[in-house]
Order: sequence, then C-alpha cells, then structure tokens
Amino acid sequence: MDSGFDFDVIQRSWGYLFREGMTFTVTLTLIAMTGGIVFGTLLAMMRLSAFKPLSWIAGAYVNLMRSVPLLLVIFWFFFLVPYIGAWILREPNPVKVGAWMSAVITFTMFEAAYYAEIMRAGIQSVARGQVWAGYALGLNYWQTMGKVVLPQAFRNMLPVLLTQTIILFQDTSLVYVISATDFLGAASKVANRDYRLVEMYTFVAVVYFVISYGLSTLVKRLQDRIAIVR
Amino acid sequence: MGYNWNWGILLEKEPGATGTYLQYLIVGLGWSLATALAAWVIALVIGSLVGTLRTTPMPWVVRLGNLYVEIFRNIPLIVQMFLWFFVMPELLPQELGDWIKQMPPPWGSYIPAVLCLGIYTSVRIAEQVRAGIQSLPRGQGMAGTAMGLTAAQTYRYVILPQAFRIILPPITSEFMNVIKNSSVALTIGLLELTGRARAMQEFSFHVFEAFAAATVIYLLTNMVVVLGMRALEKKVRVPGLIAAGGTPMAGH
Repeated sequence: MDSGFDFDVIQRSWGYLFREGMTFTVTLTLIAMTGGIVFGTLLAMMRLSAFKPLSWIAGAYVNLMRSVPLLLVIFWFFFLVPYIGAWILREPNPVKVGAWMSAVITFTMFEAAYYAEIMRAGIQSVARGQVWAGYALGLNYWQTMGKVVLPQAFRNMLPVLLTQTIILFQDTSLVYVISATDFLGAASKVANRDYRLVEMYTFVAVVYFVISYGLSTLVKRLQDRIAIVR
Repeated sequence: MGYNWNWGILLEKEPGATGTYLQYLIVGLGWSLATALAAWVIALVIGSLVGTLRTTPMPWVVRLGNLYVEIFRNIPLIVQMFLWFFVMPELLPQELGDWIKQMPPPWGSYIPAVLCLGIYTSVRIAEQVRAGIQSLPRGQGMAGTAMGLTAAQTYRYVILPQAFRIILPPITSEFMNVIKNSSVALTIGLLELTGRARAMQEFSFHVFEAFAAATVIYLLTNMVVVLGMRALEKKVRVPGLIAAGGTPMAGH
C-alpha cells in the first residue's frame, strides 16, 4: 500500500453500490424474511402436529437444512431450480433462472428451517390452557392457531425472529458465490475492476457493521420493553 | 427432466489424478475438519477468555470485551474472510505481507481461513460462556469468596466448571457451525468439501451426484459430532446439576 487509502473509489461507485447492491441485499432479506416466517410457521405447526408422518416430514426438512452449509444449499438450488422449473412448466429443457430468483428461493427455503425452530419454541411457550380454551369456545384448529396461539407465539419470539433476520441480512452476502450483484458482489466487482480491494472490502465491512449493529441495538431495546410488560 | 444420473461417476478418476471423485470429496472433508478443528481451538481459548472477562466487575474490561464481540458479530463471515485474505496482508509491513501472499497453496488460504473462522466463532463462544456464567446463582461466587478463594480461584474452581457443563449443548451446535462455516473458505480458494463438490461439478458436469455426495458426507459428520458430544455430556455430567433447556438462539 504505497498510494494510501483511496476514498475516491468509494465516492465514484457510491450510486452503483447502494442503488444496485444494497437494494438487492435489502430486497432479498425482506422477501426471504417474509417467506421464511410464513413457511417456517407452517413447518413448526407440522412438526407439532399429532399426525406423525407430517411431523416427520417437517422434522426431516428442518434437520436437513440445518445440517448442511448454506453455501452448499445455495449451489444446490442454483442448479436444481432450473430443473424444477422445467418440471413444473412441462418444458423439455431446464428453464433459465437468474441469480436473483435462485437466491430468493434458496434463502426463503433455507431460512424457513431456522424460523421454524424459533416458531416451534414460540408455539410451545404458549400455555396449553390457551389451546384448550380455544377449543372450548368452539374454535377449530386453524382458528385456535390463528387467533389465539400464533399471535402470542409471535409476540414472545419477536426479538429472536428479528435477530434471525439480522443474521439473514448478513448471510445474503454469500450470494457472492453465484455472482449475484448484492452489496458485497457490487463492491467486489468495483474492487477488482479498479484494483481497490483494501478500500472496497473495508468499506463493505464498515457498512455491514453499522447496519447490523444499529439493528441489533434496536432489537435489544425492544426486548427490554417486552420483558417489562410480561 | 432431462438429467442423466450416473452415480458411477463417484468411482471414476478425477482429472487431478489423485484418485476417484469420492476420494477427492473425502479429502475435502479432511480439509473442512482441519480448518474447523484449528479454528475451534482458537475460538475456545479466546471465547472462554473474553466471555469470562465480560462477567468481571471491571467496567473497562467488560467494555473492551463487548467491543470485540460487537465487531466480529456484526460483519458477515464472507466479508471477514475477505478482510483476512485480501486486506490484512496489505496493512502489515511490506515484507511480512509479501511473505503471506507468497505462501504456497493451500496454506495461503488455509491460514487466513483458520484465523477468520477462529475469531468469528470465538465471539459466539464468548456469548455462550458469559450466558453460562450469568445463569449461575450469585451465591456460588459469594460462597467462593466467603471460603477465602481469590477471584481467579473462584472462577477456576467454582464458576467455570459449572458454567461449561451448562453450555455444553449450545457449544456442540457451535462446533457443527464451525464445520459448516468452513465452507465459506472456498471463496478464498480453499478446496474443502463444498469447494470440491463445486469443482467436481465443473469437471464432470454431474451436478447433483456431486452435491448429493457432499450433503451425505455433511450429514454423517453431523451425526458423528452429535453422538460424540452426547457421550461427552454424559461423562462430565454432575448428578443433581441439570442443565437448563435454554432459550432458542438465532443462528445459521
């Protein structure tokens, strides 16, 4: 490093980094969070179901996803999704699926397993009497779950769900391996083009730190607030 | 689906001529484990130290510990990997930096990967250790002091032996996490299991056989670790001291 730290490269690529890269990262995080929580809650309900086969399927899925590295899952889906697409659309050849679509599907499916474990603990944290009270009032399974159990489970687990989302936000940077242009991917492209690896990667680290630290501070504050109420 | 399955590919020679593809993958597992174990040693040492220091009554030590934890927890692993691999050699004195950059493969990526994973994991261990210590009744520490033990002795003989037993289950899953996280080292060129599955896909075009084999190897490793840790848990269990179920932690 004889030229010193070159801040100029960051200034020059600012628009590209945030308008393209960060938009990709944040959008992916939000979609995967929403999808992951929805699928995760369904998986948790399946896992707690009295109908054993349903519980086994959900358990197997969750354990499988939690036992393999996210990178391997990213590769799996990157190559598998085109075939699944062909199968669904009844096309003879694998469908072209971009890095974006592949990333959305991967992170939704992968995070669902992690959200499922959180939601399972959440559902189990609701007193059994609540379920019985629901049934006693004449509500069916879905009504009891939707109106009585899940709202309480969500509330109890809100801080953990949000912490998981911060981890998801950081993990989306792994889409680098399928050459997607997320925040890290965009920075890496600029870094290699201008040969400014030190500046770009340091900058990326600082940005991720500021966002993750800010969010986790907010979550901590929320946690303290909820803790007092309960 | 137009995909030609050929499981026999696993027994065919890989282009590097070091053996079959299956052997190629298993050597990859060896690298994953070598990375994970070395990182694990670093993580346990630093993590236990930082976690313990954060429970001491010295405010500036606690603050320093918190700073360490926050820095390495809030930067994505792959970015930390790049910092160790691309940035660190540039910031060191020229000679040392050049020496690191010229290390022959795979050491040039193995060493940064181990340092990165070790420190990344140490933060998670530190959090567990701190939580374990804080979950003990305060009376334990006081009893130690009342018996005339120094602060260091209280930690050594009273608090830490109990705390480590309590946190053994979450530590097990941290060990699994290190093995899984070692796959990120493929981004700096370390050919560990996932990296080799990817390479096999590129050489042979048999994507799904390669990934399926890697997945099965990961699952088996997982099982071995879980069984081993369960045996360890049984061995160190103190009758009457039942480890709490613990609250679910977010993770990946």
